[in-house]
Amino acid sequence: MSVIYVLLAISIVVALLFFGAFILSVRSGQYDDAYTPSVRMLFEDELVQQKKKDRTSKTDNTTSNN
Amino acid sequence: MEKTKCYHCGDDCGHKGIVYDEKDFCCNGCKMVYEIFASNDLSYYYDLQASAGATPKAIEGKYDFLDTAAITERLTEFNDGRVQIVNLYIPHIHCSSCIWILENLNRLNGHITSSQVDFPKKTVRITYKSSALSLKDLVLLLCTIGYEPYISLEDADKGKRRVDRSLIYKLGVAGFAFGNVMFLSFPEYFDLASSKASGGEFWLNQYQDVFRWLMFLFSLPVVFYAGRDYFTSAYKGIKTKLLNMDVPIALGITALFLRSTLEIIFDWGPGFFDSLTGLIFFLLLGKFFQQKTYSFLSFERDYKSYFPIAVTVIRENGKEESVQAHQIEKGQRLLIRNEEIIPADGVLMSQNAAIDYSFVTGEAEPVHKQKGDKVFAGGRQLNGAMEMEVLKSVSQSYLTGLWSNAVFSEDKTTKFQALTDRIGKRFTIAVLTIAFTATLAWLVIDPAMAMNVFTAVLIIACPCAIALASPFTLGNILRIFGKKKFYLKDAQTIERLAQVDMAVFDKTGTITHTKKGTATYEGMPLTLEEASLMKSTLRASNHPLSRKLYDLLAEQNIATLDEYEEHVGQGISGTKGDQNIKIGSPDFTGSTGENDLLQTAVHVSSNQTYKGSYVFQSQFREGAREVFHDLGAHMALAVLSGDNEGERQRLSTLVPKDTPLHFRMRPADKMNLIKEWQTLGKKVLMVGDGLNDAGALAQSEVGITISENINVFSPACDGILDATKFQYLHQYVHVAKKAIQVIKLSFILSLAYNVVGLFFAVTGRLEPVIAAILMPLSSISIVVFTTLASNYITRKLN
Repeated sequence: MSVIYVLLAISIVVALLFFGAFILSVRSGQYDDAYTPSVRMLFEDELVQQKKKDRTSKTDNTTSNN
Repeated sequence: MEKTKCYHCGDDCGHKGIVYDEKDFCCNGCKMVYEIFASNDLSYYYDLQASAGATPKAIEGKYDFLDTAAITERLTEFNDGRVQIVNLYIPHIHCSSCIWILENLNRLNGHITSSQVDFPKKTVRITYKSSALSLKDLVLLLCTIGYEPYISLEDADKGKRRVDRSLIYKLGVAGFAFGNVMFLSFPEYFDLASSKASGGEFWLNQYQDVFRWLMFLFSLPVVFYAGRDYFTSAYKGIKTKLLNMDVPIALGITALFLRSTLEIIFDWGPGFFDSLTGLIFFLLLGKFFQQKTYSFLSFERDYKSYFPIAVTVIRENGKEESVQAHQIEKGQRLLIRNEEIIPADGVLMSQNAAIDYSFVTGEAEPVHKQKGDKVFAGGRQLNGAMEMEVLKSVSQSYLTGLWSNAVFSEDKTTKFQALTDRIGKRFTIAVLTIAFTATLAWLVIDPAMAMNVFTAVLIIACPCAIALASPFTLGNILRIFGKKKFYLKDAQTIERLAQVDMAVFDKTGTITHTKKGTATYEGMPLTLEEASLMKSTLRASNHPLSRKLYDLLAEQNIATLDEYEEHVGQGISGTKGDQNIKIGSPDFTGSTGENDLLQTAVHVSSNQTYKGSYVFQSQFREGAREVFHDLGAHMALAVLSGDNEGERQRLSTLVPKDTPLHFRMRPADKMNLIKEWQTLGKKVLMVGDGLNDAGALAQSEVGITISENINVFSPACDGILDATKFQYLHQYVHVAKKAIQVIKLSFILSLAYNVVGLFFAVTGRLEPVIAAILMPLSSISIVVFTTLASNYITRKLN
């Protein structure tokens, strides 16, 4: 049954790892601004799209990006 | 004609609109921004959110002070000579387009390495190569695309601010330990009778000690780190002879920890580590919930947030130089550009100036000054550039001197004893009485049980649920208020608001609109021809009163004038055919009648005959009458105005009878009057808007600022109310009063739990599992009750 020592040690080490990860993420400021990243992740490739559109041939497609 | 909206800023294009690239623009500025974006492949900006832009303003010379190395050094977060990092506050940030364009600044200028927006705070953090791009160039770049940063004296004074995240750490520690201790307690929960003597599960008995000592280890950081504040607060309370609610909490934590430790040392039982960690976790959760901050608002602003960081000083040899604002000395000559703020009191040296004191008084009407007049700090010059000579340094000026008053260094929260703390004293005494009585009784019945009962009473009486009632009720109401655009500094403000029995209002800008106004015409009626000529003449003038009158007058045919002339300080005149019209001061138009100097009026004469005058009146906010009458039924009212008595008549029809109206109040007068009322035992709610109310806002129990644009302007206060919500002010006060009743009800509810728990404790039957059930149960039911109740009392809020 002394395997329980090993199991306990593993579970506590795993728990401590997550706890450490939490402390690090708070320290790096991840929780200071919880809003902007949720918008930022939706931006992608818009510049590539721009190059395809020629300024003169551009028609109104303002809603097609959503 | 169909109205067209500007593709860039969404404003009405009017008849001066520009069509470019098949799109309508209201002005050249907007078109320029579009051109910049389009030529840099950034026109996705407009797809993301239509018409998100702002018209760039003329900023010529405004940011010259950024060339001064000392100022750059103070503004930048990081500076090693090659790379600089700066965090700029940009009020215009409002949508996803803003985030996108600001985070793609490197497309506009290759020397910008990276930029990151913090949307709630409306700031952008920019890293750039300072050797190729100076801070000034960067700011100018932002200005050209309509994202003008807001740089004030405050930015230079603040140190590198550090965010306090200790509560999150503590909550993390307590939550982590709570979860693990709960797991480690499971064997004990499932096999309560297991001891070597009674023959429980073999392996549980075998490893019991390991589990218990692990729980002990987990509880150490919880007690000594996460729960530290309760001990210090209790200690402070006892030292000042105030038994606050933290005293019984600290007693409970101590009793829990000591008894549990002794239990596992002497193998008496498993201890109460699960309850201990859970208790602290829930308490911290309450604290965290209460701590709602509106990071995009500032409640601590003083004049420094509005004053420029640097001003242009004209040296004797005529050279212009940027000097930091607090280094200005008496006798120096300053150049104040258009739209700049006057940093210190002085004498006007230019011919004339129009100064907007709306920051100070809330009055949007510019004041006209002539050469030799005194000008006061805090005004904004509207009439082109002007020169002035400094009479007093920045910190000693008429307005800024207010901040040397002790009121601004006091903290209202320390003077106020919260409801929870007020009952804390009785609670502590009751708990200690029960504990000692029960112990004495058990000493007679069974001395071996005495210590057990004593600690059990302290443990079970630990007022976790009571301590949670107030944070969850107030925290929830704080959030609901925030959604209704009433932003409070902290939860305690609600408690103070509930106690208010006198409401004091500023007039200009608070109960009147800052922008909207009306003008009534008095005199001989104008013919259609005259009216048309007047409108055409006004159209040509840039004087603020002309603009205002022009907007108020009915639509007329606009005629091209044959002749137009501006007479500085007097008025304007226009001629068409044989018709001549003069608009301006009484003397200029040849008015012979009595003129009420207390009113703002524009006089009109046609062909040298005096016709009449337009008298400007400020417009009261919608619902002001209801607010006054409703609040008047519950508390005393008063109105303090910095203006003259010109509007006494109109105002007295608005407020309930016998409401004291005070006029010509200087900033310090307002503050002293409130202090006077307070010595008479009144709890004062001050509602104001300008910097001249700052003293009164700080002095009052609750100071609320009315703001037309919550992002830009508000002096230090306890709460900011969006101007459109002014008409519901009384509802917020009533909700605050009801919130206190909800808290009192939840006290009764949690006391009921305590009575049940005390029954187990006093009879000596408190098992860890009972404590482990009772404590979270009472806490959760209090949280549920307060949340439902606070939603119920705010359901009718507009």
